[in-house]
Amino acid sequence: MTARAEGAASGPGAPVPPALVLEGVTKRYGSARGVEALDLSIRAGELVTLIGPSGCGKSTTLRLVAGLERPDAGTLSVAGSVVADARSFVNPERRRVGLVFQDHALFPHLTVARNVEFGLDRLSRGERRSRVGELLDLVQLAHLAERYPHELSGGEQQRVALARALAPRPAVVLLDEPFSSLDESLRAQVRRDTVATLRDTGTTGVLVTHDQTEALSVGTRVVVMNNGVIEQADAPEVVFERPASRFVASFMGDADFLPAHVHRALLTCEIGIVSTVPGWADSDVDVDVVLRPHEVALRPAADATARVAAVEYHGAFVLHHVRLASGRTLRSWQPHDVRYPVGTAVAVTVAAGTSPTLLVGDRAVTSPPADSLGLGGSAAREAGSPDDIVPTEVPR
Amino acid sequence: MTGPAALAEARPPERRVRAYGVGRPGWSALVIAVAVIIATPVLAVVLDGVGSIGASTPPRGLAGMVVTTLALMLGVGAGSLVVGGGLAWLVTAYRFPLRNLLVWLLVLPLAMPAYVLGFIFLSVFDVAGPVQSFLRSAFGAGVWVPEVRSLPAAVLVMSLSLYPYVYLLARSALIEQSAGTYDAARTLGASRGRALRRVLLPLARPSLAAGLALVMMETLTDFATVQYFNVQTVSVGVYLVWKGTFDFHAATQLAVLVLLFAVAVLTGERALRGRARYHQHGGRGQGLQPELLRGARGWAATAACVAALAAGFLIPVAQLLVWAAGQLFSDASALTDARFADYLVNSLMVAGITAASCVILSMAIGHAIRLGGGRLVSFAAQLTTFGYAVPGAVVGIGVLLSFAAADDALERAGVPGGTGLVVTGSVLGILYAYVIRFIAPAYQSVSASLEKIPPTVTFSALSLGAAPRRILGRVHFPLARPGVAVAVMLVVIDAVKELPIVLLLRPFGFTTTSVWVYELARENFWEKASLPALVIVAVAVVPVFVLVRQTRRNESLGILAKEVRP
Repeated sequence: MTARAEGAASGPGAPVPPALVLEGVTKRYGSARGVEALDLSIRAGELVTLIGPSGCGKSTTLRLVAGLERPDAGTLSVAGSVVADARSFVNPERRRVGLVFQDHALFPHLTVARNVEFGLDRLSRGERRSRVGELLDLVQLAHLAERYPHELSGGEQQRVALARALAPRPAVVLLDEPFSSLDESLRAQVRRDTVATLRDTGTTGVLVTHDQTEALSVGTRVVVMNNGVIEQADAPEVVFERPASRFVASFMGDADFLPAHVHRALLTCEIGIVSTVPGWADSDVDVDVVLRPHEVALRPAADATARVAAVEYHGAFVLHHVRLASGRTLRSWQPHDVRYPVGTAVAVTVAAGTSPTLLVGDRAVTSPPADSLGLGGSAAREAGSPDDIVPTEVPR
Repeated sequence: MTGPAALAEARPPERRVRAYGVGRPGWSALVIAVAVIIATPVLAVVLDGVGSIGASTPPRGLAGMVVTTLALMLGVGAGSLVVGGGLAWLVTAYRFPLRNLLVWLLVLPLAMPAYVLGFIFLSVFDVAGPVQSFLRSAFGAGVWVPEVRSLPAAVLVMSLSLYPYVYLLARSALIEQSAGTYDAARTLGASRGRALRRVLLPLARPSLAAGLALVMMETLTDFATVQYFNVQTVSVGVYLVWKGTFDFHAATQLAVLVLLFAVAVLTGERALRGRARYHQHGGRGQGLQPELLRGARGWAATAACVAALAAGFLIPVAQLLVWAAGQLFSDASALTDARFADYLVNSLMVAGITAASCVILSMAIGHAIRLGGGRLVSFAAQLTTFGYAVPGAVVGIGVLLSFAAADDALERAGVPGGTGLVVTGSVLGILYAYVIRFIAPAYQSVSASLEKIPPTVTFSALSLGAAPRRILGRVHFPLARPGVAVAVMLVVIDAVKELPIVLLLRPFGFTTTSVWVYELARENFWEKASLPALVIVAVAVVPVFVLVRQTRRNESLGILAKEVRP
């Protein structure tokens, strides 16, 4: 029903099965919505970030994968074996799914070494010891092996939690907002270290976050959830530049929407001609255009009808709110030394080279809707790249 | 580009989900089985009692028992409310000589079981006691004295030993719950008196109701103390009917009646508390500042507190010590009396096994809940704790009924003699009844400790491949140890003090320290009862001290904070 997650990651030729596959996974809580028909496939070694507003279902997704919830429908597989479907359910301790939590959840009565060792009880004593040493070296905590968790800093606790989760070589590690309990100053460093550790060990990771920057900068793929469904699952730059829906456009970064019209491949809206739309030569259709503040250019012009309504200083950038003649507002980032006073008449244009996302209803479109071909002839489909990523189905 | 976007998009972190896992059939079944085992005796009483109505003639004097029970409960309730509520009010609203010391000492009567206080009271005030002897020598043999073995005397004794329940709850309500609200009332222009009447007292009402309910339940469950005073309550009726006639049906019918009283008390507490759930924990503030009472008024307040403390604890303990010393001087063999050690060992053995069982079951239930399992398991866990509110007589009769039914079933199944004398001939019945009665405090302290473990710790252990049993042993139990220690202490002490259940269920020839005290006291061997009674008081003082130390730690922090503030 939504963006198809990049499936078939491992083609017939690939020997390694996907680390995690969700097919139609659904969980409902009475009348409240949990998650609905999730489809997602994560390749071994991938680091995926999962993002969405509060209550969007990302925690439920995590709990389903970890085995802390039983899905109402659908199939969940870890490393090629089914862990939950209509008939079977594998308990969390047999799933090979590691967990790292925001509160680190270390065992307070065990030393750092014993914490890391906890998941290794099936190994011999010697193997246990060498694996613990290996992991403590990896997170550079060998010198703290005999300390207790309360004697560690937040960042060190986080590293212990990661080492502990990695110790039994899980097929996938789930990280539930692992950095949000850390100090702002510490967070970037710990995040870099964590991502490096995951990459170095080739670990498959799913990182849940509420921080858009984190989602875009960490993941090889970003999964955006809203209201219990996956809105989009794509590479970070695709999510940002080619949002699949109105929600993704406004949630992942700032976005304003203007009613627009495409006629003979020309996109026009209140501020004039925005761009050409290749492949839409035969269409004559109303759409909404997504404009991000960095795409909106301003120029003082005495005869312009738009006015600067508010100015916010953000340090490196100055955010201008502009009220158009229609009463709609657009936002525009200007360099830190540009500041138009409130009330200034400004001409609004779209920065050169911008090819903005178009929406029909709440979904992004890349080709003209089938029923909108007002000019006859066949819709020439764009022969190009982004088509296979951005969903093209007709809105609900 | 993402820099300013991040600035614009800073969002609050997501709300944590507190739900536990999907549950495990085995562990969930265990909780349900425990709940069924614990609920069975009470259910058996209700079924048998209601089912046998009309089958046997109701015991004589039934109406009288009901009226007496009602009068006793209301009397003790009112007495505790006046003494406990009044003292709490005095030490919270005023400062007077020795107040800071008395605040804590006033809790001590909690360590004096009513059946000990009762026989000391009788020894002092009965016909042969010093008070009446003095009156006779002063005013002649014909002088009128009120009947000592009577309902009012029982009310007085039980009020003196039970008032600390009301005192403790009222005091914590007055100082902790309403500080912020009291401050708000004062800043809104209410006078001290008006703030008291319109804010503090209404806010304290639920706590007073809870304290009152505790007192009434203790009164209802007692059937030893009241017998000293010839007061025939329904609980006494159950005991006498069972011991006198072994008429099951008559006993269970009376037990149902006792249960109805208990339900009435709990319903009454709910009603008094009303819809208002005044549990304010966030409300910090100066609160009520005690007012200094000067001169005679101050000393009068001191005298009132000392009087309650003396009557409820100091004088009885002194009397016990005098008796014990007299005994030891006249006959040093009293201490080496073999029975003394035997009965103490019996008490401790039963208490120890009970405590271990309660803690193990509590731990298993708490563990199962953390594994998840939904409403049924939570409901079953709740059900296991209701025994604390069921009077001892009901639990006792219920255990007898259940074991008799098990006997019948076994015999019908072809086992000759059924369980034999397993119940009546062993302490198994006592242990069963004790677990029903005392698993609630054990479960509360164990689960309080378990709840401090974040669910994420349990989830992490699961994801590291640890099966539930390993998590119980390696994570949950080690982390819940403080709660386990408290649970063991609470149950051991409650079990050593407990009297009615042992009286009802003990096998022939089995005596505990508490039973011994009761038997000696009933035969007016006051001096002989003094040594075992002192042992019981000494044991019972322990939790009072722990309680005081805990509250004191919290409160002295509060006082410190108040003094530091300009």
